[in-house]
Amino acid sequence: MAETIQLEVTRYSPEHDAAPALQRFEVPYRKDWVVLDALNYIKDKLDGSLSYRWSCRMGICGSCGMMVNGEPKLTCATFLSHYAPGAVRVEPLRYFPVVRDLVIEMTDFMVKLQKVKPWIIRKDEKSIADGEYRQTPQQLDVYKQFSMCINCMLCYAACPVYGLDPLFTGPAAIALAQRYNMDSRDEGARERMDILSQHEGIWACTFVGECTKACPKNVDPAGAIQQYKLTAAKEWFKSLLVPWGAK
Amino acid sequence: MAEEAPKKFLEPLFWTLFSAGGVVAALLMPVHIFLFGLALPLGWLQDLSHGRALALIEHPLVRIYLFVFCSLPLFHWAHRFRYTLYDGLQIKHLNEVITVFCYGGAIIGTALAGYVLWSIP
Amino acid sequence: MTRHEAKGATQYTPYHPRWYRTRVSTYWWLWKWYYLKFVLRELSSIFVAYFVVITLLQIHSLGRGPDAYVRFEERMRNPLMIALNAISFLFVLFHTITWFNLAPRAMVAHLGGKRVPDALIACSNYVAWLAISAVVAWFILR
Repeated sequence: MAETIQLEVTRYSPEHDAAPALQRFEVPYRKDWVVLDALNYIKDKLDGSLSYRWSCRMGICGSCGMMVNGEPKLTCATFLSHYAPGAVRVEPLRYFPVVRDLVIEMTDFMVKLQKVKPWIIRKDEKSIADGEYRQTPQQLDVYKQFSMCINCMLCYAACPVYGLDPLFTGPAAIALAQRYNMDSRDEGARERMDILSQHEGIWACTFVGECTKACPKNVDPAGAIQQYKLTAAKEWFKSLLVPWGAK
Repeated sequence: MAEEAPKKFLEPLFWTLFSAGGVVAALLMPVHIFLFGLALPLGWLQDLSHGRALALIEHPLVRIYLFVFCSLPLFHWAHRFRYTLYDGLQIKHLNEVITVFCYGGAIIGTALAGYVLWSIP
Repeated sequence: MTRHEAKGATQYTPYHPRWYRTRVSTYWWLWKWYYLKFVLRELSSIFVAYFVVITLLQIHSLGRGPDAYVRFEERMRNPLMIALNAISFLFVLFHTITWFNLAPRAMVAHLGGKRVPDALIACSNYVAWLAISAVVAWFILR
């Protein structure tokens, strides 16, 4: 006798619905299935109109972030067996506008990510003939943890400040800014500081710490933000005491 | 419509005061509350007489210690409470009022601490 | 997409009539245990400020003479005050523990090329706390 498990999935079709509502589906229960497998089963066999994002199904692309029983998870990395026999509630990622069903609008994150300039900034570029920018393993270790971010936005769904304050830059963007600030090849810390420190950017963070708990890649964005605050504060005092310092 | 977000000039200072106050509160508050709030009033320890207390507070270093003990934790409260009001009651639109209330309160407390500690014989 | 390139300008997510935006409830912090823990941690700052006020009142009464000081001590013996102080003590203890546990994440120390483990920094904070508390207690009670 085949076992099944209940999935409660948010449905929202802006043409017909005023607000999202949960729809129940009965899905086969396999011990090795993840929530994404269940969603794919629904779309293949039960209701082809269900809309959601997914891609690599192995926890590296960051596409399939959703709320599973109220917690932000990658659906490709969350096993049904963890919730069995109870129902599994799948909702769109929290604190983002819902476009349709489980699909959220992520432009706000994209804009904030771009704003922090997540690329190597150099005052003068070396020519190809001069060779590569070399880096020791120790220099890599300083920022490596922050470079593991897959932009899945689970941290944004975990962060209450992001939900309450539209000006807050958010965990992943600040962690990525810190990743480049701490990269020995980068010379853009000053530029990023001006963007992040003097606006709502980082100061709205109150170190709730849920972003780090939600992160599937152990990036520890909360730690990155606190370290950035410390750096920004030091820079601020330096700029007060040494106003003629190099900008 | 793009809006220029307001610049936050003093925020790094407020955060630094918050951190310093947090360290002072974490290290010193528990023992002070235990002694003066519980142990002494409940009679678990020998009473601290007025004369003895005055003698303790006579030394300028003790007064500086008490000034720091009173001032920095107030700034810690100010910053933390301000953001609790923003996030808890969602009244960020009142942020000028809240900012003045919180940091103003801390400044007044600091001034009072300075006055009280200065004017003791 | 030139509006996204404006330097330093903050872009609110534009209003789109077909997107559904859930309003965050005022009681968001009650819906998850870890959010509640966070708000309690933040509220501990109120008890910190409260005891600073008590300390200031104590010092003030000290300066006004033995009678004022005795009256202050009487008020501190009031059961309501004791209860309030006991609650403050617990909250301040909560502040201390959460502060020391989180501090290593903000101050990353590197020793000889390797990162000092968080537990070591937290432990040294606790040790310093116990030592300083002992010194303060000794100074007051000797």
